[in-house]
Amino acid sequence: MIWNEEFETLPREALQALQLKRLQHQIERVHAAVPYYRNKMAEAGVKPSDIKSLKDLRKLPFTTKEDLRLNYPFGLFAVPFERVVRIHASSGTTGKPTVVGYTKRDIDSWAELMARTLSCGGAHQGDVVHNAYGYGLFTGGLGAHYGAERLGAAVIPISGGNSKRQIMIMQDFGSTVLMCTPSYALNLADVMKEMDVDPSSLKLRVGLFGAEPWSENMREEIQKRLNLKAIDIFGLSEVMGPGVASECVEEQHGLHIFEDYFLPEIVDPKTMEPLPPGEHGELVFTTLTKEAFPVIRYRTKDISRLIAEPCSCGRTFYRMERITGRTDDMLIIRGVNVFPSQIEHVLMSIEGVEPHYLIIVDREGSLDVIEVQVEVSENIFSDEVKVLEKLGKKIEREIKDLLGISCKVKLVEPKTIQRSEGKAKRVIDNRKL
Amino acid sequence: MKVEQISIFLENKSGRLADVATVLAGAGINIRALSLADTTDFGILRLIVNDTEKAKQVLKDNGFTVGKTEVIAVEVPDRPGGLAHILSVMKDEGVNVEYMYAFVQRSGGNAIIIFRFDELEKSIHALQKAGVVILKGEDVYAL
Repeated sequence: MIWNEEFETLPREALQALQLKRLQHQIERVHAAVPYYRNKMAEAGVKPSDIKSLKDLRKLPFTTKEDLRLNYPFGLFAVPFERVVRIHASSGTTGKPTVVGYTKRDIDSWAELMARTLSCGGAHQGDVVHNAYGYGLFTGGLGAHYGAERLGAAVIPISGGNSKRQIMIMQDFGSTVLMCTPSYALNLADVMKEMDVDPSSLKLRVGLFGAEPWSENMREEIQKRLNLKAIDIFGLSEVMGPGVASECVEEQHGLHIFEDYFLPEIVDPKTMEPLPPGEHGELVFTTLTKEAFPVIRYRTKDISRLIAEPCSCGRTFYRMERITGRTDDMLIIRGVNVFPSQIEHVLMSIEGVEPHYLIIVDREGSLDVIEVQVEVSENIFSDEVKVLEKLGKKIEREIKDLLGISCKVKLVEPKTIQRSEGKAKRVIDNRKL
Repeated sequence: MKVEQISIFLENKSGRLADVATVLAGAGINIRALSLADTTDFGILRLIVNDTEKAKQVLKDNGFTVGKTEVIAVEVPDRPGGLAHILSVMKDEGVNVEYMYAFVQRSGGNAIIIFRFDELEKSIHALQKAGVVILKGEDVYAL
């Protein structure tokens, strides 16, 4: 079912007129309210009045995570702080997180977008939405929660973890819609098997999975093992959180971008020139209605392409292809964004540790595991085993504290990790997604 | 009273111990005593050699992480109760043994035990007071 027939099926021309109006208004507001954006526009020699058509978007400068870092925590907020009613955060590239804010109206738009997402994936009023996205600074939990309430479904705010209890609740409460990361969905399937619970005895009908990259193979596996329809959803906290784009249950092919709220572009990551629909490149978003934390041409670093062909579900929004890669070195481990630079940051904060490290990511069963290899230099070497073991544990603890993920630290001999010749290879990802 | 020991970091992979031995052999260095501490992922090889500085240098040149530590070499009568006596002295002093390893001399009836204590000076003092024979570094290198 289409949640908002009026907007989700707008003829392209009317949609583009709406986008332009919203874009012009947004740019004017951002220019007036955020000195950082104002300066960037001045440097690029562009004024809000230069935006006369959607094509003029390309005149505006890009925004990157680095811009967000430079303005930590609230420097890019575009409203007086009294109007902010919610703050979320995700990983930054170093020690500090990326902080985003929402006004009351932003929260309202977000609920609308997630209601659309749920509806797009085949959920409806009367459903029991089992929301296993993490509640907290991460946008997944609360974003999905508000959307499910807006939809009129009954939400179980179970958050992540404690899989056995999750499955018990699915059985007892009759969960019909599952929301979590795709890898956690597989983990639930594993635990069901251990508990001897037959997925077909559950009422699960559909699952909305996002926050990490996955593949068609994984979809097939999840659908088979959990006996539900698996829908890919997309979002990122810098732009909104979940609710930026969603597959429709009819096609399960490409994610409809809610274009009345977000203006997508695909750009060539080398030349930064916009590319036409159909071509692969980096996905870039401009928010059209955000009040507290608008972004202009935010570079997601995700690789995708736009699908302009009409869709059988009736929505007129372009679709984005499932994310096929990244233009940077960000990893997503159990739904958590991890930059190698963050791990480097931890290592460098420990005295004597040199910045020679290698991150190895693997998938054991359905869980991502991460090993960090650190070279043992003379500065940290000891003739006592306990000293070295303590060092390993300390690094593990500090990575856990900063990133919220467990890893295993392996001490290796010096010079075993490849030295940078141009670009050092810091990550080996052995996961077959 | 103190003996210099070198320690080498080794990853648990085949051939690494042989590599150390080959490097030392190439430099004409004689190993007097050795012990290997191992964990799941790595090992620490501890050696007393006839030329500590040279051994350290050639190993470093060959890319190994090498450390130098001071240990104590004690001569123990090679008969029941020899080790127990020394350990009870250290227990009474409240000194901890981090690790130890022993070897028997080719001639003569005594064993030599290498100790790594957490408090070096205090240990030497206590052992001397108890009449335990502590070997000089030169004596151990030249064994």
